[in-house]
Amino acid sequence: MTKPLIDLVNISKSFDGTMVLDDLNLSVRENTFVTLLGPSGCGKTTTLRIIGGFETADTGSVIFEGEDISKLPPNKRQLNTVFQKYALFSHMNIAENIAFGLKIKGKTRSYIDDKIKYALRLVNLDGYEKRSVDSLSGGQQQRIAIARAIVNEPRVLLLDEPLGALDLKLRQDMQYELIRLKNELGITFIYVTHDQEEALTMSDTIVVMNQGYIQQMGSPEQIYNEPENAFVADFIGESNIVPGIMLRDELVEIFGARFVCVDKGFGTNTPVDVVIRPEDIDLVEPAAGTLRGVCTHLIFKGVHYEMEVTTPDGFEWLVHSTDLCPVGKEVGIHVDPYDIQIMNKPASEDEEAVGVNE
Amino acid sequence: MTRAKQLIRRVWQDFYLVFIMAFLYAPIVTMMVLSFNASKSRTQWGGFTLSWYTQMFASRNIINALHNTLLIAFLSALIATVIGTAAAIGISSMKAVPKTMLMGITNIPMLNADIVTGISLMLAFIAFGISMGFQTILISHITFNIPYVILSVMPKLKQTSRSTYEAAMDLGAGPVYAFFKVVFPDILPGVLSGFLLAFTMSLDDFIITHFTRGAGINTLSTLIYSEVRRGIRPSMYALSTVIFVTVLVLLLVSNFAPRRKEA
Amino acid sequence: MNRERKAFSLTGQGLSLGKKLLAGPYLVWMTGFIIIPLVLIVYYGLTDKNGAFTLANITAIATPEHVKALGLSLVLSFISTVICLVLAYPLAMILRRRGVGQKSFIVFLFILPMWMNFLLRTLAWQTLLEKNGVINGILGLLHLPAQNLINTPGAIIFGMVYNFLPFMVLPVYNVLCKIDDNTVNAARDLGASPFQTLVYIWLPLSLPGIVSGITMVFVPALTTFVISNLLGGSKILLIGNVIEQEFMKGSNWHQGSGLSLVLMGFILISMALIAKYDKNGEGSAF
Repeated sequence: MTKPLIDLVNISKSFDGTMVLDDLNLSVRENTFVTLLGPSGCGKTTTLRIIGGFETADTGSVIFEGEDISKLPPNKRQLNTVFQKYALFSHMNIAENIAFGLKIKGKTRSYIDDKIKYALRLVNLDGYEKRSVDSLSGGQQQRIAIARAIVNEPRVLLLDEPLGALDLKLRQDMQYELIRLKNELGITFIYVTHDQEEALTMSDTIVVMNQGYIQQMGSPEQIYNEPENAFVADFIGESNIVPGIMLRDELVEIFGARFVCVDKGFGTNTPVDVVIRPEDIDLVEPAAGTLRGVCTHLIFKGVHYEMEVTTPDGFEWLVHSTDLCPVGKEVGIHVDPYDIQIMNKPASEDEEAVGVNE
Repeated sequence: MTRAKQLIRRVWQDFYLVFIMAFLYAPIVTMMVLSFNASKSRTQWGGFTLSWYTQMFASRNIINALHNTLLIAFLSALIATVIGTAAAIGISSMKAVPKTMLMGITNIPMLNADIVTGISLMLAFIAFGISMGFQTILISHITFNIPYVILSVMPKLKQTSRSTYEAAMDLGAGPVYAFFKVVFPDILPGVLSGFLLAFTMSLDDFIITHFTRGAGINTLSTLIYSEVRRGIRPSMYALSTVIFVTVLVLLLVSNFAPRRKEA
Repeated sequence: MNRERKAFSLTGQGLSLGKKLLAGPYLVWMTGFIIIPLVLIVYYGLTDKNGAFTLANITAIATPEHVKALGLSLVLSFISTVICLVLAYPLAMILRRRGVGQKSFIVFLFILPMWMNFLLRTLAWQTLLEKNGVINGILGLLHLPAQNLINTPGAIIFGMVYNFLPFMVLPVYNVLCKIDDNTVNAARDLGASPFQTLVYIWLPLSLPGIVSGITMVFVPALTTFVISNLLGGSKILLIGNVIEQEFMKGSNWHQGSGLSLVLMGFILISMALIAKYDKNGEGSAF
């Protein structure tokens, strides 16, 4: 395990009386790709801006390698930011943009020239030195913004929804590009996005945030397969979230049917929420299923069919499968034990509000 | 940055704003106060009086000048608005080259020194054989007002999407009907603010009027100029106060009233 | 042919032709009252009383009294412009930070005095600066010696700064408002100190507004005759006073036109500057 590089300790921040971050604690290890993921207004960008030094937290501190940097201005911090809309300097050409940080630091001309060449090669834009900012496409400007940040050899690169303004195809290309860059440079990335797919593709660690709180933190697999609450389950991918009763360890009752699962420690006869991903539902012969229902919707999605199966209690199950089940046909629902994810029910109304507000 | 530093900066900024504000408003406030001062002295308060206002309204010179000023401001703003709005629509449908040329002409009276504009108009009126008087002031004011109208209307025309106009025609409206029902309401705020801008510009003008008025006719500006050279009378302060309040009301209306769904 | 045109007018192109004609009255008006008058100034400036071509009206700028007036105009308007810029830039920065949008009330407050009648504004300063004026009155109450404020070049500069300051504030403010916060943040992020950010980011990015502001202050300050007349007394002559007297008193219109042409030379230089640094009209005040 690598050592922690940045620690956020008890960070709170409010704007005009509205709490944006509430007692947030977060530790980022060296040389990892950490993504802050959440809907707009969840506090992820504010967190990033506090790390970058563009906002001051009301309480709490930012620790960088054991040193409190909360009061340092942005220009004194060993990190660099890639901004949402690139924020390139439109009155300078590409080389001048990339050279900006190095010139401020008083590096020699030849050092700067080498760095510009190196950075442009790194982002696949060799020979763009003399071009003007306006002549570049959005994707190219984004690469320059990254190049401008990394020539300063920051310990940490902060990225604020850097791919948000790009179209789908370009976004996907840039995702691979960023993973490659991170591996080549060996520095820590803290990445902010509201796009769950982006987060799942690139991250070592995902931090799911909502309404100023961290909802869950873990590897992409953990976040996807073992969501800790309804918000995370709902925000990451599509899922069926149904009420259930944990009868005993490894046995849950859903709509009167008993499913074998792998979860333990919820006690006996405890009301819980059950998450089942649409692709984990197997449609079988009615007699072979744990539950029975009728297929009420069918859409072809390319890779798979998307179906809705309505069970007698009225719940519509979302099912993704490469096998087709015609509308009106009665089917059985089967789920393998390890595909069932059990979550505690929210303790109060308040927590519920935090969870489902999307 | 620390909290204390932010606070110090804020206080410093407030101080600077107040300083500039005092600089800008000191003479205006002084004149307003003096307009109610019973004493003719500029440094002694002789009690409150409205006599300078009654004196002002009793003066035939001032009332005539006021009448001329308002009539010229209204007429010149109105005519400039009609010509300018039509011109803006025409220019906006042109290609780049003629557009740039016409906008260049529009910019001449705005960038040129008023004294040169005034002199050139005076020479032209004499060359054209137009006798100096009300009509030459009016023509001059229309001339320098048109650019303000165009520059107010143009941005609104740019915002108006071509597709709403085309959609109206697609739904069966004729071009003229479509224009008045769809495009005109969209640019109306620009037309109105152009009119008000032109109106205040005309009220404010002295230099161009000075060269194009001829003898025997005064606007408030030219009247003030001739009075000032003879020595300031307190009724001038009363007049200033009245004008300032009028302009203030006009500007409040034009700046804060037509606030339609603009983000 | 006729039928063809009729069919043509139904197409989009025909419509835009009709629209273009709306600019007709404007074109006629501007030709009559902008272009021709300017041509007349050139004509008067380059001819003598008998209508013969001469450069004498232009070279007359080289006579000592004209050189003195022009030189004084240039110096005073230059100083005023610099003061306006120094006062307006921080003001515009603060307004940008405070003002919410173009139409915020605080911004309105700073523009408002600009709409006060130009003569009245100057008249007000006469009241304040005069020998028996308000400032000397206050000084007297404080038992301080009265100052000779009016009828000095300093009073003229004062009047110029007061009258034209909003012309500097507005374009600079408009340009500053268009600068993205993150562009500034990016510079700070890359290690620039607040001062370096000002020099490398703020100033170059607001250059269109600065240039526009400079010309909007410099041109009226250079050509004024009212401010010098009201605050400078009759002894201080600026080039504007000289020209005004040629037309209103001396009636040597050829001479006046010639000097105006010289003035227009300076105005053209400023227009060229605007065209060079403010290509997109970003710095326009209106």
